[in-house]
Parts: sequence; structure tokens; C-alpha cells
Amino acid sequence: MHEWALADAVIQTAVEVAQRESLKKITSIKMSLGELQEIEREFFDTALNELMKTHGDLFSKTKINIKTIKTRFKCRACGHQWKLSDTEKTLDEETRESIHFIPEVAHVFIRCPKCKSPDFDIVEGRGIGIDSIVGEK
Amino acid sequence: MKDPRLSVIEKRLKNIGKIIAVSGGKGGIGKSVTSSLLSLALSKKGYNVGLLDLDLTSPSDHVVLGIKDVAPTEKEGIIPPTVNGVQFMSVVFYTNEDPTPLRGEEVSNAIKEILCITRWNNLDFLIIDMPPGIGDELFDTIELFQGAEFLLLSTSSKIVFETVKKLLLLLQELNVPILGIVENMKHYDNGYIKNMCKKHHAPFLGEIWFDKNFENAVGNINKIMDTQLFKDIDGVAENIV
Repeated sequence: MHEWALADAVIQTAVEVAQRESLKKITSIKMSLGELQEIEREFFDTALNELMKTHGDLFSKTKINIKTIKTRFKCRACGHQWKLSDTEKTLDEETRESIHFIPEVAHVFIRCPKCKSPDFDIVEGRGIGIDSIVGEK
Repeated sequence: MKDPRLSVIEKRLKNIGKIIAVSGGKGGIGKSVTSSLLSLALSKKGYNVGLLDLDLTSPSDHVVLGIKDVAPTEKEGIIPPTVNGVQFMSVVFYTNEDPTPLRGEEVSNAIKEILCITRWNNLDFLIIDMPPGIGDELFDTIELFQGAEFLLLSTSSKIVFETVKKLLLLLQELNVPILGIVENMKHYDNGYIKNMCKKHHAPFLGEIWFDKNFENAVGNINKIMDTQLFKDIDGVAENIV
């Protein structure tokens, strides 16, 4: 359940924002999860809820909005763009588990569908990101 | 917004006494062997030691120490396995030892991910096996491992030291703590590295003689500990503790 570690990062970031901005309550966290990392939402949501409880009232009013970003790749060699769904059937469960932990290892297992190059960019949908944290003083 | 992973890295490293980055600027000067055996030597002295192979594109510490058939476990993150007394983390657990072609930004991203999710035990020492070069990994290490001390490796060669010197001067310019310089793969005694240490105000931490028998010990801890190379590195470890 390494989702806990990532949820911990989100909550810790919100705590830092609250301290820096002198916020008494965090009211909203908007964030995104990249499809490539395949975060298990049930584990992630549970971890967020448990971690928020460890900070008193700071997160008592918090609404968390999470959107999933589809993964898009672009080949640096030929310029071809593709989606994770175009190649994921070539990835077995063990491989997906490896990418789940460290998304960059996608470069070990995924190749450009057009020219077979391993030199590609993960344009979007890599992993965890925070779009905004809002609170009240 | 700030990358959320950066908010927890300090927390993940807070139970580590001393972080030592084994570097040298060049490839092929023995960083992996020195990092691996230094970890082993410190562990045999009774310290709690971790070893992090940060050479993401060419990890080899697991080969040096013969680490196989183990994997990190998941518990609120990932917990690296402890092998022969050393808690060991490497990207190799996730790459099947296949080629890992990564550009600079991807290396940085992978390092941040590893540091964000890895939960180390309480450690006296964390040894980082640095990749060659003065690039992304070096700056990431300085930024992410606050307080890490650099152990620089050089051979006796003026040509090799020319690169090591560049790294040394850069670290000094950035006020990064330098543990010292180790003269590695020594074939002859010319005093050059000791003199360079004096000239550049860097501690000389010891010398490791070239050991032609070491290759036969690679991957076997008992054989490794019988080598002269291990004894030399044990001497370096004495100077560190």
C-alpha cells in the first residue's frame, strides 16, 4: 500500500500551505492522479482520510477533488503520439506493478508503437499532482 | 503548485544519522564497489546501514553484493529489504535488470519518487552510490539530501583527478560538506592524490589498492570479506566513524 506514502505527501503539502498562509482550515484540495501510476483509489482515499484526522480541525471541512489524467506519450525519435491504452495490453501484471511504484520505468517496458524507440516523453498523466489548496483564516 | 513529493522527503530521511554520497564525477572509478563494501564494512562494525543505488540507468550494487530473490515490502510506502545487515534500495527491483534509458528530467522524477515512497529504518549511515557526471543526479542529491556529505573517489591518475577536481571545486563553491577523498584502484605510490588533497583543502580518507582477486569474489559476501580490497575499505570506514 504505497498509496499511503503519496497521500502523506499531499497532506503534508497542505499542512505546509496552512502554516505558510496562517490558515485555520483547509477547505479544498484539488489534485490529479496520472493514469500511468495506477493509484488504487480506495487505498488512496482511505489514507487521505486517516492522515487528515491526525491534524486536529485543520481538515475538518476539506473537500478533496481528484481527477484522473489519461496518459499521453510522445516519441522523441519520430514524433508519434499515443495513449497508455494503445500499449497497455503488452504490459503484464508484474510490469504494471513496477510502473505503479516508479512510473519512469515505463521506459524499460514501453516502446513507441510506430518506430519502437524507448526515447519518448510522458507528456501528461504520469503521477500525482496538486492543482490548488484553498483554506480560510 | 509545489511537487507534493518534496514535502515528505525530509520526513523520510529524518531517522538517518549520516548520509554519505560516494561520487567522483567519472565512470569506472569504483563507486559501486566502494559504496557496497563501505556499507558492508560499517554494518559489520555494528552500525545500522542503508545503501541506495542511485545509478538509475546502470545499477550494479546488487551484483557486487550478490543480492537477488528479495524485494521491498509495502507498508505505508515501501520498505527496502535488509540483506547481510544492509538495508538496500535500488531501481533494479522494478526493472528486471533490463536497459533503463532515462533522460535527465526522468532521472530527477524517479529519484523524487523513490525518496518519497521509501521508508528507511533508523539508520546510522545511508550510503548513496552516485552515478557518474556532474548533472541532474548531483544537483538532485544536493537539493534532496540536505546535509549529505560527499566522499570522492579518484585513482592515482592525474587524468582522473582532473575530473574529480572539477567536482570537488563545484561542491566547495556550493558549500556542500565534503567528507574527503579516497584514492582507489591504487597500483603505485606517487603521492599525487595526497598532495592534491592538501592543495585543495580536502581530507585524505585513505587508499584502496587494486586487488586482482576481487573479481572472483563478486557476489559472494564471505569471499568479499576475505579480500584485501574489503580490508582497505574497512580502513576507510574506520576513518569515517
